[in-house]
Amino acid sequence: MSVVFKNRLVRWIDHRMPIFSSLHHEMYEYPVPRNLNYLWNFGFLAGLMLIIMIVTGIVLAMHYTPNTTMAFESVERIMRDVNYGWIIRYIHMNGASMFFILVYIHIFRGMYYGSYKAPREILWMLGVVIFFLMIVTAFIGYVLPWGQMSYWGATVITNLFSAIPWVGEDIVTWLWGGFSVDNPTLNRFFALHYLLPFVILGVVFLHVIALHRFGSNNPLGIDMKRPQDSISFHPYYTIKDAFTIGLFLIFFCYFIFFNPNYLGHPDNYIPADPLVTPAHIVPEWYFLPFYAILRAIPSKLGGVLLMGGAIAILFVLPWLDRSPVRSGRFRPMFKWFFALFVINCFVLGYCGANPPEGHFILISRIATAYYFAYFIVILPLLSVLEKPKPLPASISESIYQPKNHLE
Amino acid sequence: MKLPSFLLKLAIVSALSLTTSATSVFGETTEIKIPQQEWGFTSLFGTFDRAAQQRGFQVFREVCSACHSISKLSYRNLTEIGFSTEQVKSIAAQDQVVDGPNDEGEMFERAALPSDRFKRPFANEQAARANNNGAYPPDLSLITKARPDGINYLYALLIGYQNPPSDIVVPDGRYYNHYFPGHQISMPSPLPSAGLVSYADGTEATIEQMAKDVTTFLAWAAEPEMEYRKKLGVQVIFFLTVLTILLYLAKRRIWARLK
Repeated sequence: MSVVFKNRLVRWIDHRMPIFSSLHHEMYEYPVPRNLNYLWNFGFLAGLMLIIMIVTGIVLAMHYTPNTTMAFESVERIMRDVNYGWIIRYIHMNGASMFFILVYIHIFRGMYYGSYKAPREILWMLGVVIFFLMIVTAFIGYVLPWGQMSYWGATVITNLFSAIPWVGEDIVTWLWGGFSVDNPTLNRFFALHYLLPFVILGVVFLHVIALHRFGSNNPLGIDMKRPQDSISFHPYYTIKDAFTIGLFLIFFCYFIFFNPNYLGHPDNYIPADPLVTPAHIVPEWYFLPFYAILRAIPSKLGGVLLMGGAIAILFVLPWLDRSPVRSGRFRPMFKWFFALFVINCFVLGYCGANPPEGHFILISRIATAYYFAYFIVILPLLSVLEKPKPLPASISESIYQPKNHLE
Repeated sequence: MKLPSFLLKLAIVSALSLTTSATSVFGETTEIKIPQQEWGFTSLFGTFDRAAQQRGFQVFREVCSACHSISKLSYRNLTEIGFSTEQVKSIAAQDQVVDGPNDEGEMFERAALPSDRFKRPFANEQAARANNNGAYPPDLSLITKARPDGINYLYALLIGYQNPPSDIVVPDGRYYNHYFPGHQISMPSPLPSAGLVSYADGTEATIEQMAKDVTTFLAWAAEPEMEYRKKLGVQVIFFLTVLTILLYLAKRRIWARLK
């Protein structure tokens, strides 16, 4: 902490509360690998998205009424009568989808480059906690407009807990606050939907603390060894992140302004009706792979366990993949199994969007089997069988060598 | 293969495969194919045809509103489709709404004001069902957003009344509509014949014309912010594009310091 600030007020404050020197430490002295590619920008973008969701969410909460007789109406009031209410709601509504797109890319990036491996296991597990909290938050948030899909989605998903032996029914009644999804359910969902984003924010803070312990992983998956391997976060990565914020916002704004309901379901513009069940109850797109796993299993309890297991297994990923090489770039076999894993997730999503009949059942079962086999069978086996390619000696060497080659 | 590009290609291919199947992903799995019409307002920069909206309002007012409400809209919203404040006042005044209680504690009727929500044809759902063979005519404020491919669906439904195929028996109080899921709809053909309304602007009121106009009106009713949204969107995306280019140049400049 050798930094000396010019401004006397800053110096005075910093002496008593070293917020400026710690900021300086994390921005200037914090080393970041110089070879990060653009896939490393998604964590920052996801953090930005969380802030956008919290800000728009608080504004929406100022106008929303969590009561079954008024919720749908109050959302329409936001859309029609609140000044710029439609833009706030469309940002929030599409923002949920954007948040998941960013986080899914972020997770896939971590899986490909082995960012979960020692010494970053806790960083990875905190990320899984954030992902899990996001799922819960998005699900209960989708219930709040009290449309048909809100109501029936809430009914289907909360009913999953009834699969728990002996106490299942009691747990469901406890979750509902009654004998069906009704006003008490909506009220508590609203309270939780306001609470959980701040819990996520707290875990994100821990995620960043864990990140800054060893710094970012990088496309080569090797540690920073020499000063030439790293650059300071500011200004290099702040400007790089700023550029991708611009790109991302253009993508985001296309949906907000030109196709705001593309990612939603028309049934949710019909007010909730406990007496009319929609023909197909489908969750939002970002849940479809997990929904497919749930329905691939003929037993309710089995489906619920596998769906939970699909997320829970991510927690132990650092101990399933024992290969000493982090980056998939140097793992000739892993690369293809990983590619298949990504495609497999899209296949599961496709199955989740379609009714569980005909060949969709078979496909979703095969895809579910591969999803788990990837973690339980393939990764442990590859750790033993695969012969990784030789790793470069250092990050800076790998950057400068090809240039020398050309000369 | 270089890795980021490999992953990127993978993501793009996967995303495309999902997009191409998007209709089957998000739409209902019905076999009924909804014909696609030309709508000036559905394109990226498209705006509503004011004359069509006003004609559509006339159709709604004279035909649909006998059974259907548009309870999310107020009379004042009509200024957005080109009616003057005076016109809106006189349109509103044609309806009698219940207000109160007054100082004596009595409810009373008065002429509607532009600030009132559109009057509903029935006092409640039970009254609506009692007058419609047990069926409940849905509120139309959001109808084009609340059905898959809602705009084309609504138009198709309005002109989709046919004689049933010989092997189908349509019970009393039901009507055969080719585009309605299950084909048997409780609503009798709302636009049975041409000339049901007489347009002030001289447009010939064919069935297709009336259906098209009222669909335009209801598409606006569902998304009254659409024109402004798109206009704002063009400005926002233009701004962001310039900003992003500048940020990219700044990024290159800063990274050029590294050697």
